[in-house]
Amino acid sequence: MADKHKESFKIEAKELLAELETTLLELERNKDNFDLINKAFRALHTIKGSAGMFDYDNISMFTHDIENLFDKIRNGEVEITKQIIDLTLMAKDQISLMLEDTETEKFSNDEIVKNVIISFKELSDLGISVAEESGIQKDKVKVEAKSSLYFIKFIPSKEIFVNGTNPIYLINELTGLGEAIVKADTRQIPDLKELITEYCYIGWKLLLSSTKSLDTIRDVFIFVEDLCEIEVEKLDIKEDIASNKELFSILNSELDFDSFSVENILAKAEKIIVELQDSEQIPAKEIKVSKKEITTADTDTKQSVRINAEKLDELVNLVGELVIVQARLSQTVSRIDDSELANISEEVERLTWELRDSALNIRMLPIGTTFNKFKRLVRDLAYELGKEVELTTEGAETELDKTVIEKLNDPLVHIIRNAIDHGIEEPEKRVALGKQRKGSINLSASQSGGNVIIKISDDGAGIDKEKIKEKALSLGLISEGIEYKESDIFSLIFHPGFSLAKKITSVSGRGVGMDVVKKAIEGLRGTVEVESELGKGTTIILKLPLTLAIIDGLLVEISNNFYVLPLSSVEECVELSRKDTDKMHGRNIINIRGELIPFIKLRERFFIDGEAPEIEQVVIVDIKGNRVGFVVDKVVGQHQTVLKTLGKIYKSVNDISGATILGDGTVALIIDVQKLAEQQELEEREKLK
Amino acid sequence: MAKLIMTVDDSTSIRQMVTFTLKEAGYDVIEAVDGMDALQKLETAKVNLILTDLNMPNLDGIGLIKKVRMMPNYKFTPIIFLTTESQEAKKNEAKASGATGWIVKPFKPEQLISVIKKVLPN
Repeated sequence: MADKHKESFKIEAKELLAELETTLLELERNKDNFDLINKAFRALHTIKGSAGMFDYDNISMFTHDIENLFDKIRNGEVEITKQIIDLTLMAKDQISLMLEDTETEKFSNDEIVKNVIISFKELSDLGISVAEESGIQKDKVKVEAKSSLYFIKFIPSKEIFVNGTNPIYLINELTGLGEAIVKADTRQIPDLKELITEYCYIGWKLLLSSTKSLDTIRDVFIFVEDLCEIEVEKLDIKEDIASNKELFSILNSELDFDSFSVENILAKAEKIIVELQDSEQIPAKEIKVSKKEITTADTDTKQSVRINAEKLDELVNLVGELVIVQARLSQTVSRIDDSELANISEEVERLTWELRDSALNIRMLPIGTTFNKFKRLVRDLAYELGKEVELTTEGAETELDKTVIEKLNDPLVHIIRNAIDHGIEEPEKRVALGKQRKGSINLSASQSGGNVIIKISDDGAGIDKEKIKEKALSLGLISEGIEYKESDIFSLIFHPGFSLAKKITSVSGRGVGMDVVKKAIEGLRGTVEVESELGKGTTIILKLPLTLAIIDGLLVEISNNFYVLPLSSVEECVELSRKDTDKMHGRNIINIRGELIPFIKLRERFFIDGEAPEIEQVVIVDIKGNRVGFVVDKVVGQHQTVLKTLGKIYKSVNDISGATILGDGTVALIIDVQKLAEQQELEEREKLK
Repeated sequence: MAKLIMTVDDSTSIRQMVTFTLKEAGYDVIEAVDGMDALQKLETAKVNLILTDLNMPNLDGIGLIKKVRMMPNYKFTPIIFLTTESQEAKKNEAKASGATGWIVKPFKPEQLISVIKKVLPN
């Protein structure tokens, strides 16, 4: 049990820490903003309070002094300084580490922890840690082997019910501590006419024989001490029964026992035989509980529900399957001439599409949280590298699939690091160049068609084309004398091992960065492009598909084999006749409105048996600005496909990115047009050599 | 018939722990994330005890206690609030607002049950 809740607390604590960090960074700029100060205090307070409940005593103790300091800041006793912000950020990092540490008894990084705590204490001017004072004294329960006799007087205030207290429960608690005689004093109950049912008119007196201590007995009344008249007295019982005057008088006057009963009672010296009067009182109302009401009611307030990511994937998967089956239904229905069925099928199709959109939407998260994380990164990194940088963001509300966001994190970090390390110049240099002293990096996200465009631009030094050409020549990536497009030159920086850095810092220069970034983005079926102007700055443009799971495709056929091309890349379809190919003397080029476009004969590439028809179709596709044609027998039409991966065995097959199932059950392979084209190009180059 | 306890806390992990502990002890539990949520749920649910944190957004513990005491069905329902050692003033305020009792954070599950049993034996 403890582990499950601990995990839950960990997730929650991480969120609180992230919020704390954001708040601290904002506080740095708005030192007097009371709301922010309060927010920071509350985050610390919650972390401290909850940590102790989930076995994170070290976090609880560590946070204690920080919370204290912020309390003082709240009260205006201490002012916020950069030092405090830095220290608190460091403390936040430490707490993050502590969350992960499985051995919660010892601190990880003892030295750092000690120093941080000392610093906080100094800042708060506390000599000793407040944690050492204890607000509530733990009960020192002295277990007495012998029974003692107590006289207890308990007269609740009239309004005691209004506090939710039921005096009978207290009586029960007392009698549970030993053996007791209880007498209720009903003399105060007024006439029915004057009786107010919400008031308590009864008082109680008890004789209790118990092994518990006086403190324990007093503790029963802990919640009502100031609302009632309470007396708890330990009585001295003497061996000589007759000389127990005190007891007699109590039994007589206070408890109204006659002398006969008193004798009886006193006959047993060690134990007092109890005649428990009927003190069972049923509460005024039997409260009925309907099981139905124990469900979370719908509220207007924006509530979020935490969902296990796996369950979400399952849901999306099922929706995908549904889309496939629905396609089959449509197809079957179209063959049957039944208008009613056709109507229903149309309705099902519409609902399935809506469901699909809804399901995919659930996985979407705004990219803003990722952007916010980078604010801290930029701040720390800029400081470390001696640069002054400001991070601005746009389009934080743009939504992306959850997995895409997670996988984007590392590439973005790397791109930003590069920008700060290589892009932004030192403050003095910038001023000398006539630029603003503070460099700026802008993160923007926007939606365009079926894609999300993320741009990371800086106003730094830009990329030197000539230097790239030099390096690329030396690495043998390009050849002398050929005119390359600017975008192609810039794309060279994504080549593995390519790095223009003169020195290797801890941050960059190892040349393993940009190619990993490219791979990561391509793994998300996205593209990376670079735009740069020497002296002005660089912009990295990431284009990512909105969803991973379902794509709109163009279904094509070659001798009864079906393939799907991503619709977003398709520009047009043109006929290809024997005459056209003859014109080109066997070369795979087609002339479309004066433009020469190369094409790939998929039939050949995929070694498909059979004869090509007289007239074939060329699907013109846009691949990174270049137009390439794919020759097929027939273009069947638009087809919404649920992308299914082929499995690990086919990982090295680059041409195909997955498969899908058509309405009638046949499998269609989804073509990765870019990879296929690149592969084809490579093979042709080899042939020329 | 099991007694129904409402636990009000903006911390999900604490709510979960409390729910688990109470259920193990034989109570039924309903959760609310803050004062406003609690009030809304109290309109339809028939709760025997309310267990609430004091620091919550939207409507805090003190506010909730005051409002609950104004609801005719909940005038006499036991209300227990969660407090930290350093919140003496808050504790008194809560008591004055009509709370029945309190439990100090951090607390162990057994402590929770013993306080609950004090004001709501099953």
